[in-house]
Amino acid sequence: MTAHAKPSKLIKGATGDWEIVVGMEIHAQVTSKSKLFSSASTEFGGAPNSHVSLVDAAMPGMLPVINEECVRQAVRTGLGLKAQINLRSIFDRKNYFYPDLPQGYQISQYKNPIVGEGEVIVDVSPTEQIKVGIERLHLEQDAGKSLHDQSPDQSFVDLNRSGVALMEIVSKPDIRSAEEARAYVTKLRTILRYLGTCDGNMEQGSLRADVNVSVRRPGEPLGTRCEIKNVNSIRFIGQAVEVEARRQIGILEDGGAIDQETRLFDPARGETRAMRSKEEAHDYRYFPDPDLLPLEFDQAFVDALAVALPELPDAKKARFMREYGLPSYDAGVLVADRDTADFYEDCVRAGGKARDAKVVANWVTGDFAALANAAGVGVAQTHVPAVRIASLVDLLAENVISGKIAKDVLALMFSEERDADPRDIVERRGLKQVTDTGAIERAVDAIVAANPDKVEQAKAKPTMLGWFVGQVMKATGGKANPQSVNDMLKSKLGI
Amino acid sequence: MTDLTRLSLAAARDGLRAKKFTAVELTRAHLAAMEKARALNAYLVETPDLALAAAASSDARLAKGEGGPLEGLPLGIKDLYCTKGVATTAASRILENFVPHYESTVSSQLWRDGAVMLGKLNLDEFAMGSSNETSAYGPVVSPWRRNGSDAKIVPGGSSGGSAAAVAAHLCLGATATDTGGSIRQPAAFTGTVGIKPTYGRCSRWGIVAFASSLDQAGPIARDVRDAAIMLRSMAGYDAKDSTSVDLPTPDYETAVGASIKGKRIGIPKEYRLDGMSAEIDALWMRGVAWLKDAGAEIVEISLPHTRHALPAYYIVAPAEASSNLARYDGVRYGLRKPGRDIQDMYEQTRAAGFGPEVRRRIMIGAYVLSAGYYDAYYVRAQKIRTLIKRDFETTFNAGVDAILTPATPSPAFAIGEKGAADPVEMYLNDVFTVTVNMAGLPGIVVPGGLSAEGLPLGLQLIGRPFEEETLFSLAAALEQAAPRMEPPQAWWA
Repeated sequence: MTAHAKPSKLIKGATGDWEIVVGMEIHAQVTSKSKLFSSASTEFGGAPNSHVSLVDAAMPGMLPVINEECVRQAVRTGLGLKAQINLRSIFDRKNYFYPDLPQGYQISQYKNPIVGEGEVIVDVSPTEQIKVGIERLHLEQDAGKSLHDQSPDQSFVDLNRSGVALMEIVSKPDIRSAEEARAYVTKLRTILRYLGTCDGNMEQGSLRADVNVSVRRPGEPLGTRCEIKNVNSIRFIGQAVEVEARRQIGILEDGGAIDQETRLFDPARGETRAMRSKEEAHDYRYFPDPDLLPLEFDQAFVDALAVALPELPDAKKARFMREYGLPSYDAGVLVADRDTADFYEDCVRAGGKARDAKVVANWVTGDFAALANAAGVGVAQTHVPAVRIASLVDLLAENVISGKIAKDVLALMFSEERDADPRDIVERRGLKQVTDTGAIERAVDAIVAANPDKVEQAKAKPTMLGWFVGQVMKATGGKANPQSVNDMLKSKLGI
Repeated sequence: MTDLTRLSLAAARDGLRAKKFTAVELTRAHLAAMEKARALNAYLVETPDLALAAAASSDARLAKGEGGPLEGLPLGIKDLYCTKGVATTAASRILENFVPHYESTVSSQLWRDGAVMLGKLNLDEFAMGSSNETSAYGPVVSPWRRNGSDAKIVPGGSSGGSAAAVAAHLCLGATATDTGGSIRQPAAFTGTVGIKPTYGRCSRWGIVAFASSLDQAGPIARDVRDAAIMLRSMAGYDAKDSTSVDLPTPDYETAVGASIKGKRIGIPKEYRLDGMSAEIDALWMRGVAWLKDAGAEIVEISLPHTRHALPAYYIVAPAEASSNLARYDGVRYGLRKPGRDIQDMYEQTRAAGFGPEVRRRIMIGAYVLSAGYYDAYYVRAQKIRTLIKRDFETTFNAGVDAILTPATPSPAFAIGEKGAADPVEMYLNDVFTVTVNMAGLPGIVVPGGLSAEGLPLGLQLIGRPFEEETLFSLAAALEQAAPRMEPPQAWWA
């Protein structure tokens, strides 16, 4: 944690500056076929109570058995967070009554989690990078779902999610703004997706955030925090931090004090509301689950998982900068999504030809990304294979088409020419750049002859050249090589 | 025909194989005895149709020269074991109408080996009790009576139904469970043999949990050999129980009758309690003499943390129970009492569903786990548990093979006689047995003779982890030396 508040992060209150302090608990559903302690399926969207084992329903005499795949996923995630992996951890029972909690306790890890301290490097903007500390990661069971809208006088319970493995990833209070909060979750989600340990799908509840917000005067000790439960989109996380900080500042500036409490964010009203106060807070009576032995594995188990990890976003970004000479920002944008990064590399390497990696990056993150986005998919999910983007870049490099024509060709690839290679499109539609100097000269001569007054002006003011270039390009249907036109005009105009 | 119930399990097995009688005849004899013995309240559910059908299948297998080690042998099952399609109540109102769709691992292994289920046996509610008086379905009455008295005597608990049924010849053997003495104390009170194997030896899967780190299944039988035969079928690794241990199950029966020459038997001085009755002390010394006569070497040992075991047990066991019993909430199965809202429904259901002793233990357990008390109670109890384990390890590492102690501080008492004013009076019954659960060790109880009042007294042997065979050998030697006990008169029939 930085001792000195960054001035750019402070927010102005009526009585001076305030610093926001945010720590987050992310609940990430482990990608696994079966639940943390039972063999029931974790598949999303089954009919209510169709993925429930005797263990999940907490029938008498049923016992939990750890799913080793979930353990591997937690260790992988810990490695991805550059965290301490604890070779011995303990499952505890967190006791409370709720209809969607069949056992009357959640099996979680309290004092001895499977993963200890780590860190996440977060790009907040093209120019700002922060480090968010990870306090711990532990495995725990998800609860079922209470359904209150099925009957006027009864509630129903769907236990499909009951017992699904979650990783609770707890950050240190290292986040100082709504923007940083969003960037942190985005980065964490990227890492999880790279690792394949959580699909990161917030709409389906695979990733949920509890956001701890407090405010303080710069340099003061931490203020009293409120926990905003279960925020389920990155946008809402930012909004929740913002409105909660404003609420707390308002109270403090009016001379009040913050009650430590659990709150809910209501996106429709743009406010947070108290869920339950400390007085009603549960005493969870944690104790080690006697049905489970301590979770133990050796370093070799961890090492084997480490060796098999995919290249993670930070490493990939560094490599892209090193190998392809990309600026930090471009590399960061490309690696934010593993498929996009792979697509980019496929473009760069297509056909084993050398091509300008920076130009490829510009296309992949620029015009092509915009078209993909407009189609509602990611860069790697459009109908356009990497090799066609490579082909487009090659046409440019070979001076076969101009940048302007390349954009037109790309647009055609999303409309009339969805199944064609750019090279064929250019060929078939006669979009090849005119490099024949005779043709260009004829066009130049015609323009010069028709505009004697402009020619005089250009001699006094060479920036007039642009006007002539535009006229020639217009006359050649955009196909004239801009460099040739430039050179020829300069010599004809004598500038 | 009725004399078929006088057979030991081993004798019945041999008789079936020799085709002296059929499994159906054997089963009918027991069903008839059960019907006459309802005054004992040992069975909560009798399953005569299932039993006769199973016996008929056994006869078919036996006729072909097939069948498992328990083929055709009728047994009683403690009603803490979930039995597929047969009501399983844990002697609690809260599970009054609960019929499991699954079979506990241990009972399914009995059926795999050919055994026949006669019914489900009464117990203290959720196995919490030492006299079977906490059962929601009424106490079990011991077949034993004091000399010249018709006062109803308790069979001990929590496996009181199992012990009474075995002692009254209402089954050839019974399953039981032991969390703090629930197999051994009722065995001692009824003149039967009960073994609590090493923690992890039998699967807990499908047995209603009381205190998970202490619960262990085991048999109650009429003699050591029968107990050995039953345990072989009950024991074994089960991947569905993370605390079960992956070790091969020995043929325990071969240990019965093996020489005990040179075995070192520890006599823990801390078990000589202040104010211990002369009768119990004399029993203990007789046990020492019998083992010595059979060639064992007797050594005095010290288990210094013994006196802390009972208080620590009554923290650990209720703590785990308070959490294990949280699932009985009226939401998914069992009793539900409607309420104004969910909270009220929980309160109504659990108040109506649990008896006073279960409620007391849930309250104690919730208290010792609560913030502010956790360290003072639960954590300290766990530390004591570690010290108790270490006491035993030190003793065993010094070359002691087993430890001999009395099973209980007194013979059985009459129904209503103990614990009404002070539950601790009842808890003191477990003083010699809880250490064994706290340390996860095997312990066996064998009859050692009768009290002055004519009630059975038991001796306990405590063994090294997973060395149940040594216990069977030593217990058989005690059984051999102890005076023959006449079975109780069938006053109930």
